[in-house]
Amino acid sequence: MLGRTAQNLFWLSRYIERAENMARLFEVGYRMSLTSRREGGASEHLVSMMQAAEIYDEFQLAHERADVTSVSHFMLFDEKNPSSVRSCLLAARTNARTERTALTSDMWESLNAAWLEFAAINPKSVTGAKLPELLQWVKQLSHQFRGALLGTILRDDGFAFSQAGSFIERADNTARILDMKYYVLLPRSNLIGGDVDIQQWTLILRAASAHRSYRHVYHDRYKAWNIADYLMLRPEMPRSLIFCARFLDQTLASLDAIYGKTGESRAAAAALLAMLESNDMDRIFAYGLHEFLTEFIARNNRVTETLSETYNFY
Amino acid sequence: MSATPAFDEMRNADGSVREPYLVLDAWLKEQPPQALGLMAADAEAIFRRLGITFAVYGSNEGTEKLIPFDLIPRIISAMEWRKLSKGIEQRVRALNAFLHDVYHRQEILKAGRVPEKLILQNSAFCPEMMGLDPAKGIYSHIIGVDIVRVGPDDFYVLEDNLRTPSGVSYMLEDREAMLQLAPELFQRLKVAPVENYPENLRRTLESVAPNSARSTPTIAVLTPGIYNSAYFEHSFLADQMGAQLCEGQDLFVDGGKVFKRTTLGPEQVDVIYRRIEDDFIDPLTFRPDSMLGVPGLFDAYRAGNVTLVNAPGTGIADDKAVYTYVPEIIEFYLGEKALLPNVPTYNCTDPEQRAYVLEHIGELVVKEVHGSGGYGMLVGPASTKAQREDFTRKIIARPDNYIVQPTLALSTCPTYVNAGIAPRHVDLRPYVLVGDQVRITPGGLTRVALTEGSLVVNSSQGGGTKDTWVLEE
Repeated sequence: MLGRTAQNLFWLSRYIERAENMARLFEVGYRMSLTSRREGGASEHLVSMMQAAEIYDEFQLAHERADVTSVSHFMLFDEKNPSSVRSCLLAARTNARTERTALTSDMWESLNAAWLEFAAINPKSVTGAKLPELLQWVKQLSHQFRGALLGTILRDDGFAFSQAGSFIERADNTARILDMKYYVLLPRSNLIGGDVDIQQWTLILRAASAHRSYRHVYHDRYKAWNIADYLMLRPEMPRSLIFCARFLDQTLASLDAIYGKTGESRAAAAALLAMLESNDMDRIFAYGLHEFLTEFIARNNRVTETLSETYNFY
Repeated sequence: MSATPAFDEMRNADGSVREPYLVLDAWLKEQPPQALGLMAADAEAIFRRLGITFAVYGSNEGTEKLIPFDLIPRIISAMEWRKLSKGIEQRVRALNAFLHDVYHRQEILKAGRVPEKLILQNSAFCPEMMGLDPAKGIYSHIIGVDIVRVGPDDFYVLEDNLRTPSGVSYMLEDREAMLQLAPELFQRLKVAPVENYPENLRRTLESVAPNSARSTPTIAVLTPGIYNSAYFEHSFLADQMGAQLCEGQDLFVDGGKVFKRTTLGPEQVDVIYRRIEDDFIDPLTFRPDSMLGVPGLFDAYRAGNVTLVNAPGTGIADDKAVYTYVPEIIEFYLGEKALLPNVPTYNCTDPEQRAYVLEHIGELVVKEVHGSGGYGMLVGPASTKAQREDFTRKIIARPDNYIVQPTLALSTCPTYVNAGIAPRHVDLRPYVLVGDQVRITPGGLTRVALTEGSLVVNSSQGGGTKDTWVLEE
């Protein structure tokens, strides 16, 4: 496989995962903005969401007020925002077009059809009830692409590169969601959260599609400690840090097996996983939640760097 | 337009249906009024979903265009095809022999059968190829011969495309579309398959691998990249034959050998099906400003460590001025008469012929010797006075730069248009593979001029395509 192909497959999957995450993040911010009582329509929740996605600085360059109209346009349709759903889908499709020979026809057709449908949308027409509908559609298209990939792709190096891309992106996203609101997750003396806390916790869980499954795991009301534990250390939660890191570690192990060598990227993935497996929430809180997440994000980035060095991305 | 109506592929002059089209005619009559319109819409949806598009130059994403597909097939009888394929095979053998000769001993020039000046001073002649021996002595491996028909038994070769002919992916996808749209027709008729093309392409490429190559040679398709108008075809063919699709940046030359940059490091490449024009393949040998090619590629080729398909310099044999000599070329190398005639062509450097041309310019077709894609040409009967005067001046100024042919009444084929089914002019491009043997895919690509009365079938000028059926006996 060409190094460039490996790189394109890796980023193709990252872009799709990112498009899905952007839709989910915006959905949460949008919901919260509907229920929060702020004057003038501006919403701090929308701002928090953009901060988590590291796109708020970019947003401020072109917009004065963060309301539903300006933020939805920025996060969904804006060509100048490299993380907008539109930019992600276009980048994914361009990568796919470049690597059509490495994609199955089901993968290509699902992505191509999704892009054509999205490109035909007039952003101005997406108002009111159409907005949540579109967010749902973006998530669906990501699920559909993943389904096409899992159902049809050969389990070879191409599969490994694309899976690595997905899970690095997902881990990054979960870590950022946690970091955005880390202060409401810190253990405090008042164990029963007030209304504001509960609202914030709900937001975090929803952003990770975890607000319902939480109940199945903990059989308990929302608690800061549990929420942090759930999104970081619970192996059965498919967006938790430990789930992503384990998956990544296995994926890179399979890549080493395919190529018959031990890459530096495997060591980087192992270092990422070790952070989670050798810790529990007590130790993480003692270390500092924010500091821990910052370190996690850095180690996660290191996996991407070593992958591109080891496998000749260029 | 010409006074007599053009030969119609489906109907005789008295309105009766020609034999190969009887089943299609019955099927068309069975279709309820709206059916064809719905089918045309389905066809467009299929093509768009598959992404069978060509990029429009100078534009961004979202401007990929579909080449219009017409759902009424063009049908060729087994007997007609036998005749055509024999003539095509004769032609490609002779032209490959000619290429070998002009890049070696130049017997045909010494014998005075083709003017020396025409070859040696031609911009399509590639001096770098002199004395070089391509694997198996083959220069043009992948050929698309443009053929037009003017009567029941009158086929003419309009052009031999010996460089990097495109369009074969449309031949394959048009068939896929027809199989989805009208499967019942394939049950009623025995249509020769075209699906073997990718497999045959692979066999052809493998058969011309350098002797040093491993038993299963590594094949790459070299593309200029996603912004090239034929990118879809490049990736389609690479995918269909399981070859690596590469851009120039993915390949490099080291020690006279070509390697691709893989996740495991360099891997040697034996055969390159390049879809980049001669001038751009190697900035060290040809255009130094080319970013598309691979520096040192030509040296590796010269050293016999890689096969380029097609070989550089094949353009000398499909040059429009050389075209007029193809019957001579066939006789010289094969000792046979040409089975498929050329379109009669006037030579404007001859004073008598030029006088005739200038007097009758309103009835003739004038083509620039190095033009392509339907540009730089004058179709006399469809031209304005200003255009005719313009070309008259050009011919007088540079008679050697133009060839002139009578306006052929290209055959028509029923075509689905807004107003229903109506005849439109068509041509035919069969695809030929030359390796360990000559392989001709039955049928080829039928291009159709969708504008009423138009004779220009090029996709860049509003042409569409049709599936082409060769009936089996």
